[in-house]
Amino acid sequence: MSSGPGAPGSPGAPGAPGGPGISGGPGAGPATAEQGPPPEEIRAIPVRHPGRWVAAAVVLVLAAMLVHTLVANPRFEWGVIGNYFLSSRVLEGLGITLLLTVVAMFIGIVLGVLLAVMRLSSNPLLSGASWAYIWLFRGTPVLVQLLFWFNLAALYPRISVGVPFGPSFAEFNANDLISGIGAAILGLGLNEGAYMSEIVRAGILSVDHGQSEAAQALGMRRALTMRRIILPQAMRVIIPPTGNETISMLKTSSLASVITVTELLYAVQLIYSVNFQTIPLLIVASLWYLIVTSLLTIGQYYIERHYARGSARQLPPTPWQRVRRLLFTVHAAPPGPPAQLPAGPSR
Amino acid sequence: MSGPPGTPGRPPAADGAAVPGDPGGPMVATEGLHKSFGRLHVLRGIDLTVARQEVMCVIGPSGSGKSTLLRCINHLEQINAGRLWVDGELVGYRQQGGKLYELRDKEICAKRAEIGMVFQQFNLFPHMTALENVIEAPVRVRGQGRPKATEQARELLYRVGLQDKADAYPKQLSGGQQQRVAIARALAMQPKLMLFDEPTSALDPELVGDVLAVMRDLAASGMTMIVVTHEMGFAREAGDSLVFMDEGVIVEAGRPREILVSPQHERTRSFLAKVL
Repeated sequence: MSSGPGAPGSPGAPGAPGGPGISGGPGAGPATAEQGPPPEEIRAIPVRHPGRWVAAAVVLVLAAMLVHTLVANPRFEWGVIGNYFLSSRVLEGLGITLLLTVVAMFIGIVLGVLLAVMRLSSNPLLSGASWAYIWLFRGTPVLVQLLFWFNLAALYPRISVGVPFGPSFAEFNANDLISGIGAAILGLGLNEGAYMSEIVRAGILSVDHGQSEAAQALGMRRALTMRRIILPQAMRVIIPPTGNETISMLKTSSLASVITVTELLYAVQLIYSVNFQTIPLLIVASLWYLIVTSLLTIGQYYIERHYARGSARQLPPTPWQRVRRLLFTVHAAPPGPPAQLPAGPSR
Repeated sequence: MSGPPGTPGRPPAADGAAVPGDPGGPMVATEGLHKSFGRLHVLRGIDLTVARQEVMCVIGPSGSGKSTLLRCINHLEQINAGRLWVDGELVGYRQQGGKLYELRDKEICAKRAEIGMVFQQFNLFPHMTALENVIEAPVRVRGQGRPKATEQARELLYRVGLQDKADAYPKQLSGGQQQRVAIARALAMQPKLMLFDEPTSALDPELVGDVLAVMRDLAASGMTMIVVTHEMGFAREAGDSLVFMDEGVIVEAGRPREILVSPQHERTRSFLAKVL
């Protein structure tokens, strides 16, 4: 790739020897050649901030108290926590929690995109149906919805597949069809769909109208425009709240404990109902929730970067790239001076 | 499909009837074209003929309906009354047995694909590089193979002077460069007609020249072009005809030099006095 005409002579390029150019090599541009001696840096007595010192001291004392109580209070039972942290029952519970989160979020996202597109449709029946769905599922507590799905058999003991108002091909016992996990996935996923649809709708609306017009003018049809042009750009707006929703879902899935799903919380509840180590086991569960949340946060960072393509001239380096750069350039020549301000007239 | 000369639903042409694809007929023709947005009556009866390979410039004060006219021509807006033909075919409708049938989305898109459009705000796809912008429609709409489309796109980028910016994202390009990519993107569909909607109005003055140079080359290559513009110099040098619009009607039309030098109409005179 040849550099375009008039490419700047990259002042301060790595590898420029001799420090700030006093002599100015033959290749140096006229602006860098006449730098003269580096300007004298300002030395002034900084403003004091006593308030900051007081606040810092308060925070430090509180932190020390926290560490002390964690270590000194024997009732935390760190030994018990260690024993159960990787126990198979806890890990199985964690697995079910992850399963619930992933599947419910998947349903929620697919449903959310569908509902958002319906909501933005010019067909009043479609947008009305989407509105009604969101109204119903956002307007009732998710705990109630979970209990409702779990007790669906009370309303519809038998569920059949067939022609509406016509013959049925197959019939199922509702209790067999919708287990505890099934009810949890249905309840969490359908509820999530309502929230995700608003997030997706906001993302779609955030894309400039000129984009769909340009796509139309190229002969692209609506579905293609949505898939190739609108949604990829809407992702920048959709991802952060979706990450939020995923983290929220991870924790909301603990509600499934009320419908006998042995996810993480119910798994530790079952353990402490026998050995009465309530607090240590709740800490075990909390630590796992924190670990998974941290991993999700990192994942979200990289997904956001992926969809930020083209949104800035240059993406900032990732923390990992920064660490590597720091490690590998520590012995290299110091970089050139930052963009020089015009030196004032020397007195 | 060819009807007898003078069939209603065919564009009226001075030199006989136009048949779809007929090289003698006009590229664009309108007859009593009206367009309103709610109560706002934007186009109030436009009669216009653009011959093949003609470069028509449209000038006029803002709100005079210039952009709306362009948008009607590739059916981004639906007209309310009158008739509009592109290349001898009605835009947005099919006439059968004296009745008009609305075209399906698919058919409208197929016709739009043959008309290139360049927007004031460029409207490049920001999540795609310049090259990806140019190959998007040929690959996704025409089903062209990616290697062939890429080769063609590189040629087009070369033609607009941006061969070394193929992998740059729109944000990394200046306004003038973005607009030239947008022109390349439109040309990639090998359109028979190019519409320019104030292509240089959003550019810094020093960047206007590059874009106009590309448009001049395009005009010289025989492309049929309708250019809504405020660049009177371009209209004078590259335009075959000039149309002055005001309040939804064509006030004056003719050769660019004649209109710019000696406008016949008072409104044209006062407009030109302000912009020249």
